[in-house]
Amino acid sequence: MNVHSNLDTTDQKMTARGVSVFYGDKKAIDDVSIDIPTEYVTAFIGPSGCGKSTFLRTMNRMNDTIPSARVEGEITLDGEDIYRSGMDVVQLRARVGMVFQKPNPFPKSIYDNVAYGPKIHGFAESKSELDEVVERSLRRAGLWQEVKDRLDDSGTALSGGQQQRLCIARAIAVDPEVILMDEPCSALDPIATAKIEELIAELKGRYAIVIVTHSMQQAARVSERTAFFHLGKMVEYGRTSDIFTNPQETRTQDYITGRYG
Amino acid sequence: MSERAAPTRTAVFEKRLKKRYSSERRFKALGMGAILFSVLVLAFLLVTMTLNGIGGFQRTELTVPIDFTQTGIAANAETLAQSGAIQRLEAQGLPDVVRFAAQQRVGDEGAEELGSQAWRLVADAIIADPTILDREVSFDLPASEDLSAAYSGDGQAALQPLAKRLAEQGHLSNNFDEGFLTRSDATDPQEVGIWGALKGSILTMLITLSLAFPIGVLAALYLEEYAPKNRWTDVIEVSINNLAAVPSIIFGLLGLAVFLWLFPNMRSAPLIGGMTLALMTMPVIVIAGRNAIKAVPPSIRDGALAVGASPVQVVFHHVLPLALPGILTGTIIGMARALGETAPLLMIGMRAFVATPPDGFTSPATVLPVQIFLWSDEIDRGFVERTSAAIIVLLLFLLLMNGLAIYLRNRFEKSW
Repeated sequence: MNVHSNLDTTDQKMTARGVSVFYGDKKAIDDVSIDIPTEYVTAFIGPSGCGKSTFLRTMNRMNDTIPSARVEGEITLDGEDIYRSGMDVVQLRARVGMVFQKPNPFPKSIYDNVAYGPKIHGFAESKSELDEVVERSLRRAGLWQEVKDRLDDSGTALSGGQQQRLCIARAIAVDPEVILMDEPCSALDPIATAKIEELIAELKGRYAIVIVTHSMQQAARVSERTAFFHLGKMVEYGRTSDIFTNPQETRTQDYITGRYG
Repeated sequence: MSERAAPTRTAVFEKRLKKRYSSERRFKALGMGAILFSVLVLAFLLVTMTLNGIGGFQRTELTVPIDFTQTGIAANAETLAQSGAIQRLEAQGLPDVVRFAAQQRVGDEGAEELGSQAWRLVADAIIADPTILDREVSFDLPASEDLSAAYSGDGQAALQPLAKRLAEQGHLSNNFDEGFLTRSDATDPQEVGIWGALKGSILTMLITLSLAFPIGVLAALYLEEYAPKNRWTDVIEVSINNLAAVPSIIFGLLGLAVFLWLFPNMRSAPLIGGMTLALMTMPVIVIAGRNAIKAVPPSIRDGALAVGASPVQVVFHHVLPLALPGILTGTIIGMARALGETAPLLMIGMRAFVATPPDGFTSPATVLPVQIFLWSDEIDRGFVERTSAAIIVLLLFLLLMNGLAIYLRNRFEKSW
């Protein structure tokens, strides 16, 4: 089943059907259905408070940490409902990694930051194997050249952009299938932002990537699919080029032309 | 065209600005005054305590040489190594030997004022080194309490000339009393020591720490990280806050009613004292622990959860290590309070006269603050200085404990 008739059929990594999210009695997300393709970068755009971050957090059940949050509807990963009873949340989050708005490295060494995930999941049999995982992850995150001589320094001593790439390295060290990015560049300067965007382009194809962003230019630069959220509803979803050049809804058009937001 | 002055350039504004600066200066001066006052009070306390207490580490002693070759005391290393050696030496007439040697040196009058337990010191020396039986050895033996008082200028007027004469001859002097740190309570201030109470305090604190710290930390972790926020947890929170404010003597009554009812044979034991103090310390650790755990940024928890850490792993790999410095601070405060606590321990019988150091957690003991309380209650003048000395030992113990905790806290402190 494809809910988006205007899109060609591709492999769907994750799907959402009729998802609503409540915080207590307040409805934050209203009946969202969307397919997340395996090969592409999907961007969620929309004005502040429209629910795009909330929706992103339902995709690896990070909303579980908020006691009042409640999710209705169905979200699947490779056809498996992630909200079914008996779903292992720990395993889900290992498969669906997340990068946050504010860089949040652990107050440990750079090495330990990256090695933490593989260590707790027991991915590395030996120290040398762990070293390899750390190096590979840091290389993929484009940070290896900058930190290879100071892996024992604290992760919090890096600059903001480096911290965010460290967090990306930490996420890809457990070899996830999907990476969710919640406004990963909003706390960074333009140069660091450009580096993260380059990184997203390099990671594309290996991981399904979903990025929430405030910047429409960023969505246009990095993504193939864009979903526009407004007031808890998903207004429009399509190819990024279509959304930006030929939006079907007036609300989308108003937003991308800067009428509000 | 009239030129209107900008609001920040008017005289009124400048006057207000001056007022703001002067109020800042006033506030600074007040703060510095407060700190100066506290420092002065603290310095006064430390100086008077040290001056008074130094005497407590000294003891008035008579110098008596004993020539063992002239006495009939015979023993070899083997028999002395066996138990009951002191009794055998006593049977051989060691007390008389010591008294005779004293009479030779300081006369009948002076020998009368030799401490009644002085010969035990000689016996200990013989047991430690039997070869001294073949030569003449000079001993510093404790003088009687009356002579000691006379030497320091008060007490019985009749003894003062004697004390003066002996001191002039060089037979009587105040020496550093290393035994004060190794002996226990006694009825004679010349014979008392602090080791029994110190050991009792150490054992009691070990029990308190090993009960209050893990239980307090686990309770704080559960309440912050796991417990649902509902009416029951609110009730528990209010109860814990109230417990921290309950007067300590009430905890003593609780210990008396519950712990001594459960273990009736353990009156005065460090185990019971430690359990009672643990009840008192736990709420302090829980409150400090919860605040420290609350201060760990949620983003760290999110980061760990997002790579697939289970909630327990988040707590033990991230939250607890980051909260540990704060928890340790709370523990220092709680333990320092417990170490200085007297009232609840009086309730469970730790005020008994205990002349031997406790050999375990279940044998009768007393603790430093109770020992200080007991000595300060003694009529004997000799106890005044001993009390000050005990206070110094208590303060040093406290400093040592806090120093260790601060060292640990700094080691675990991390920035993010």
